[in-house]
Amino acid sequence: MSILSPVIVDSLPYLLSGVFTTLGLVILALGLGLIMGIPMALLQVYGPAPLQYCVRTYIWIFRGLPILVLLFLFYFGIFPILAFDIAAFWIAAVVLGFRTAAYQSEIFRGAILSISEGQMLAARSLGMSRVCAIRTVILPQALRRALPGWTNEYPILLTDSSVCYAIGVAELLTRGNQIVARIGDPMTVYVIVAILFILLNYGGQWIFGRIENRYKIPGYGHGDA
Amino acid sequence: MGTVMHKMMNGEIILRVEDIHKCYGDIEVLKGVSFDVRRGETKVFIGPSGTGKSTLLRCINQLTIPDSGCIWLNDEEVIYGGPRINQLRQKIGMVFQNFNLFDHLTAVANVEIALIRVKGMSKADARKKALEELKQVGLLDKANAYPAELSGGQAQRLSIARALAMDPEVILFDEPTSSLDPELTREVLEVMKRLARAGMTMLVVTHEMGFALSVANEILFMEHGTIVEKGSPSDIQTSPAFARTRMFLGTFQDD
Repeated sequence: MSILSPVIVDSLPYLLSGVFTTLGLVILALGLGLIMGIPMALLQVYGPAPLQYCVRTYIWIFRGLPILVLLFLFYFGIFPILAFDIAAFWIAAVVLGFRTAAYQSEIFRGAILSISEGQMLAARSLGMSRVCAIRTVILPQALRRALPGWTNEYPILLTDSSVCYAIGVAELLTRGNQIVARIGDPMTVYVIVAILFILLNYGGQWIFGRIENRYKIPGYGHGDA
Repeated sequence: MGTVMHKMMNGEIILRVEDIHKCYGDIEVLKGVSFDVRRGETKVFIGPSGTGKSTLLRCINQLTIPDSGCIWLNDEEVIYGGPRINQLRQKIGMVFQNFNLFDHLTAVANVEIALIRVKGMSKADARKKALEELKQVGLLDKANAYPAELSGGQAQRLSIARALAMDPEVILFDEPTSSLDPELTREVLEVMKRLARAGMTMLVVTHEMGFALSVANEILFMEHGTIVEKGSPSDIQTSPAFARTRMFLGTFQDD
């Protein structure tokens, strides 16, 4: 069967709506990871020891467990026990978000530590409080430096998100499987799925590249070498 | 010592440093350092590396917290964790060896950020004041340049402007020219000389002996965490009491 055969073409809209599910998962997870990751990084660098310990434990757990284990744990365990009746999509977004938060906080922590301590001293010597110095001097630079590492979370999340098929989220791969089950021809269907993943990946990288360029600090670079 | 402060006898004491001690682990970096600073005075600290000069400066605005001893600025104790530490630090400017400019901000924004965020000035007022300070250090044409686009000398002059903008009572210079070549050093020292002549109160840690001898009201020679000898530049050059300082100066001239 060719890609242009009528059966395949008829299935395309169904497959393509999976693109939105996949993108939704990735964007929600990235956002949740960002909202959690920055405060976690700040706590790790500047917070009191007990909170640092809590954050480290969190990171240790969410980086240490396979995604599938986390998904099953939350889908079949934690959410039902808490008596939350939530669609698999949202549970998947939360699990992916919690997991990327652990990675993102390490990216932000590294970026914060890479800002010279001298700038903190200079800010304090001008009479800034610690919080003010973090907000106006450290974070604006750390976030810029974190950007290349942070954008790397996008392709990771994008590819990882296909695992959510295991709890029945109607994302790209799930829909591909359903089409294969209905019409057969796995090769053609999975090639289309793969192409869609690659396009999503490429598009995302392009957007993040633009963002990186836009927020580059003038005078910083690697010369022409 | 009679002639030491002939120029400054009438200036009121604005900063008192009393018996500062500081240890790092087993090493006692400062072993009880005391001195007074009068308004308009320039004190220059010299001495071998690792004798606590920079630590002493940092103790004054509590960027390093001394183990014991007191700092008084205009009869108010400067104490870390005190309710007014951030107000007091505004009155004590600091210029660092490595400039420590805010890399993500243009030159003018480096100067105005604390005016806006700390002093609560309006953006327009802060901009006006920042441009004035840039003019003072000869950087008006670099107002929109980023730190990475400045030469070392320009960067250090910018950091002086940033400190000046807060209208400090005293400015601490922590080896301001140690990372600059001779030519850039000269342009920074020129600015500092002008400030000293204009009556700014300055404490300077430096290895620039020419500057010390021509600008200082008092030179303090530090070694092993204490002030070993102190006197006016002319005393140090002529009086037999300053053998250790002159020996140190001699080692410099041999370089």
